[in-house]
Amino acid sequence: MFKQFKSVACAAAVAAVFAAPGAAMADDQFFPIPSYRVGPYGANGEAFYGGFIDYLNYVNMKNGGINGVKITWEECETEYNNAKGVECYERLKSKAKVSAGPIHTMSTGISYALVDKSAQDKLPLAMMGYGRTDAVDGSVFPYAFPLITTYQMQASAIVKFLKDKEKGSLDGKKIVFLYHDSAYGKEPIVALEAESRLNKFNLVQIPVAHPGNEQGAQWLKIRQEKPDYVIFWGWGVMNQTALKAAQKVGYPRDKIVGSWWAGSEEDTVPAGDAAKGYMSATWNVAGKSVPLIADIEKVVYAGGHGNLKDKSKLGTILYNRGVSAAVVSVEAIYKAQEKYGKGKSMTGEQVRWGLENLNVTDARIKTLGATGLLPEVKTSCSNHEGSGKVKIQQWDGAKWVPVSDWIEGNKSLIHPLFEASAKQYAKEKGITPRDCSKEK
Amino acid sequence: MFYREAGQFKTSYGADQQILPIRQDRIGMVVLLAVAFLGVPMFASEYWFSAILIPFLIFALAALGLNILTGYAGQLSLGSAAFMAVGAYAAYNFQLRIEGIPILVSFLLGGVVAAGVGILFGLPSLRIKGFYLAVATLAAQFFIVWCLTKFPWLSNNSSSGVISAQKIIIFGHEFNSPQDKYLLVLGIVVVLALAAKNLVRGNVGRSWMAVRDMDVAAEVIGFRIMRTKLTAFAVSSFYCGVAGALYAFCYLGSVEPDGFSLELSFKILFMIIIGGVGSILGSFVGAAFILLLPVLLDVLLPALSETLSLPVDGASISHIQTMIFGALIMFFLIVEPHGLARLWQIAKEKLRLWPFPH
Repeated sequence: MFKQFKSVACAAAVAAVFAAPGAAMADDQFFPIPSYRVGPYGANGEAFYGGFIDYLNYVNMKNGGINGVKITWEECETEYNNAKGVECYERLKSKAKVSAGPIHTMSTGISYALVDKSAQDKLPLAMMGYGRTDAVDGSVFPYAFPLITTYQMQASAIVKFLKDKEKGSLDGKKIVFLYHDSAYGKEPIVALEAESRLNKFNLVQIPVAHPGNEQGAQWLKIRQEKPDYVIFWGWGVMNQTALKAAQKVGYPRDKIVGSWWAGSEEDTVPAGDAAKGYMSATWNVAGKSVPLIADIEKVVYAGGHGNLKDKSKLGTILYNRGVSAAVVSVEAIYKAQEKYGKGKSMTGEQVRWGLENLNVTDARIKTLGATGLLPEVKTSCSNHEGSGKVKIQQWDGAKWVPVSDWIEGNKSLIHPLFEASAKQYAKEKGITPRDCSKEK
Repeated sequence: MFYREAGQFKTSYGADQQILPIRQDRIGMVVLLAVAFLGVPMFASEYWFSAILIPFLIFALAALGLNILTGYAGQLSLGSAAFMAVGAYAAYNFQLRIEGIPILVSFLLGGVVAAGVGILFGLPSLRIKGFYLAVATLAAQFFIVWCLTKFPWLSNNSSSGVISAQKIIIFGHEFNSPQDKYLLVLGIVVVLALAAKNLVRGNVGRSWMAVRDMDVAAEVIGFRIMRTKLTAFAVSSFYCGVAGALYAFCYLGSVEPDGFSLELSFKILFMIIIGGVGSILGSFVGAAFILLLPVLLDVLLPALSETLSLPVDGASISHIQTMIFGALIMFFLIVEPHGLARLWQIAKEKLRLWPFPH
């Protein structure tokens, strides 16, 4: 009997915990943050979300919030796991009814699972540099925003960078595309195939099975193929392995260009000497030389409110990327407040409008002190990407150094691909696309 | 005192053979179903539906499938997630390519396709046993995930291999809200669980158990080993396949092949080990334990550390959670190696005597 009673008591306690979701205060701007700090990619998440939260804190401390509206947030650990991500989303959702900032999951899998749900719940989903890339077409995906740039535009920009390096022509050149054999690695293939037809270079695709800690065969093949360049779409442990394997077979690292998820300190430092000269795409520079990052260190960390446990991550690529994500999110709320009332908290629906009408100019970026953290972003209903620009950076053995200015991918080649894919999605799902010419 | 069968006389074979021979059990089951079908939809919030109840039911179904194979027929398998993937992708393709096919038929056909694939990968079981068989089913796990990424036709040429489940419409009603989806999943799970319970009580189930306990003896008394083992694989994969289809259509809404990883297979295996190998109830209890306990810890620990104002940050809490979860698994395995379902059985036996055990 006692056993039964105990279980009843337990159930009651559980019910009590779940039944009382502490709703955010009506006049605060709430950010639901499904983050990850443990699990296989915990180190990456720690830096990214550290930067994200530090900036939110910074806005609160420095400016007293967004036009006076304090920012609050709640984290939920997803472990980069799709099912846990959905659970977190559902949990945070109930608190995001009154006001909600953009949701950043930093996981393609989780964002895929949330695309439909977030549209139904009217919560804006940001997928900066990952996720469903055809969401660039906002007529089909009103609530999903692959902000700044996408895999396909990035691949196109890398090809453009190589083309400029080869004095304007890639005719007859051979480029190997070495990729993580997953959704992430396969996204840019369509873009690269289109580019290879356009620029008449020879594209060789070589997949690497997850997790990619053994790449002997692939690099042997690369040695046989003798490509002019290797475009590299790696993730996690695969990145350092590739660099070491390239060193082993004697392939010059300064002919390898990685994606932005293959271009952080977490990738190059473990590869040691082998990483020197390796290049990668990025949309944000590393380092504390960016005025905003330096100011965050001064304002937030001096007060002991920093989110990072390991302060050495401050100013790394991923930390700065987290800050850039937060900057865009906060700018969207500023924009939404312009329309729906300054000094008020914004609902998910209103923030969605803000994200769709973003206009972060160079001048604005300069005022924020975020020069180099992100390119100009101007979004619209038909363009949820807003920029499509990346920089190429090179690892000099100790730090990442930008070696190019902003490079924009071939929009006229890539964007129709998105539209076709979005159209197919709309058909499968029975969605009637919005008419973008009528949106204001 | 309340739970005993004294005074309940059975006067027909039918009464003697029913699933729940004790009246209290029958009442309990009716109450449970009434709560699940009527009570829960009235009180549960959206969060409970989409984050707790739906995944719990789906994983219970998958665990049930594995339990049929491993618990009843004694064939260890590490391919459950792969069979789920087959079910999900098959149901998606049936919906996509056959105009106007009812969604429930797609789910069933998804299960049937998974059953076919299961039979194929069950063939090695005729020659090898135990851990070696587990390794052979591991091949299914890797082959199927590879196959789904390799052939773009299976994901309707999606560049990333991700499929996005279609709408669920039955008799003109769109199952859109979490509550609708919950009721749909619950209905399917209840029917399939009842079918499984009857299957394992009957001729087929007994032949499985005979093979599990000693296959040579089973063969001597006249069971055909090949047919028995392969039906076990087929039925088990069917359950996993339907679970996979529900996972894609009613839970996540969009799935990628990598999502059905070995990790998921292990998770399902752990569910039946913790819940109880060779028990229908065990599949449900195990799924609840593996899925819900981490969520509970996730909610309780931060609240606890806040009320006690402990100086721990979010990341440490996540680590502590994993530790507590692991410790609890060990605790239960030491206390009751036959799973939580066995604890329930012992509790029932004790209750029969309570309060006069002597």
